[in-house]
Amino acid sequence: MQDDDSVETDIPMTIEDNYLTKLESLFEVPVYDVSQVEKERLLVEVLATLHQHHVENCESYQRLASTWKTDNIQLSDIPFVAVRLFKLLALKSVPESKVLKCLTSSGTSGQVPAKIFLDAITSRWQSKVLVRILQQFLGKQRLPMLIIDSPGNHQSGSRVNARFAGIQGLAMFGRDHTYALNNDMTVDWEAVEAFCRKYENDNVLVFGFTFMVWHYFIAAIKSANRTVRLPNAHLFHSGGWKKLQSQSVDNHTFKAGVLNLTGIPKVTNFYGMAEQVGTVFMECEHGFLHAPSTADVVFRDCYDFSELNVGQTGLIQVLSALPYSYPGFSILTEDLGTLHGVDDCQCGRKGKYFTVESRLPKVELRGCSDTAAAAS
Amino acid sequence: MSNQEKLVQAFSDALGIAQDLVQDTLEYNTIKEWDSTAHMVLISELETVFDVMLDTDDIIDMSSVAKAKSILGKYDVTF
Repeated sequence: MQDDDSVETDIPMTIEDNYLTKLESLFEVPVYDVSQVEKERLLVEVLATLHQHHVENCESYQRLASTWKTDNIQLSDIPFVAVRLFKLLALKSVPESKVLKCLTSSGTSGQVPAKIFLDAITSRWQSKVLVRILQQFLGKQRLPMLIIDSPGNHQSGSRVNARFAGIQGLAMFGRDHTYALNNDMTVDWEAVEAFCRKYENDNVLVFGFTFMVWHYFIAAIKSANRTVRLPNAHLFHSGGWKKLQSQSVDNHTFKAGVLNLTGIPKVTNFYGMAEQVGTVFMECEHGFLHAPSTADVVFRDCYDFSELNVGQTGLIQVLSALPYSYPGFSILTEDLGTLHGVDDCQCGRKGKYFTVESRLPKVELRGCSDTAAAAS
Repeated sequence: MSNQEKLVQAFSDALGIAQDLVQDTLEYNTIKEWDSTAHMVLISELETVFDVMLDTDDIIDMSSVAKAKSILGKYDVTF
């Protein structure tokens, strides 16, 4: 936000100012230490303001959701947009002149990529919030970082591939960024071995998309009969299990394989998507994904979209306080998940905790790691 | 070279912009050369030039040239 001339102090607060004020208050709240009731109260205020902004500034959204009443509402009352609309329509709520970049989801040939338009406000808050969430797991320091991906060019002009955006988000926590894969997705053994030698006794950060870590790194180490030792590393991975589920690799098998072949003792999965960059749902030490203060999830029946209770499995609706430049603050995904509880996870984090089961059958492949699998 | 000159050189090299564009008022994301990708190159350049280790809060807070100076000030780099 720019500092405005003093003559503007008499005019009423704009929606943008109103939104940013509420978002700042929400940002002050501890990431995982506020009860669901209190968090919903603050989050709903931000989301209702976003709704108003998108109704006024995005014609398609206005047609979809303008009849919704914003008085006296709960989180689950907030209207949602189906995730595939971002593939079908160019949805944005700021003038073209304010768009800094367009994030395109990882569609393979034959799949239509989603287009997410980002302005300075949204892209800045995406970084701020992502850093705040990851700091809960990594502290503020940056660590030597091994990226299980190829250094290939993922950006052309203002269009940025979601896979690259994901790497870039995590890269803020790294230094001496080292790519573990060549552009043909084979392991760059020289780079990996040099990295392991150099940081033998240091804490390091490893990041990759779930399928790529397993298929192009762990399986490659095994079949090449090589040794990779990263005993002080913390691996973060995200991007979809679908391809691994068909190979019967679940979270437990994944962690055991990673430990066995690389010695990496700490592995953290997270759930997030190109349509809501910044608000990620991190896995805790008990294997559950947690909603941070700036985002939430609602589970819905696949047939009538009614809200489900603890213990039930259904479609995941994701809500995030960040999407200002495009109407993606409340999205109905095509992922199936289970709500396991509220405010009472054994890890001590407050709010909702859940697991992601799978995608709906006959849904196109999405997720950075799954589309890489389809392309290979 | 003074710290001011080193800073201007670092911004100019990392972002690929002319030195005279590197003014205190220059802000992140207001020119296409200073985007999130270039930002990480800049962080790395500043760390090398001034021999400091910046943390993740510093990366987020470094929203202008003036801000970069005040952040480097925390690490005893004076301007």
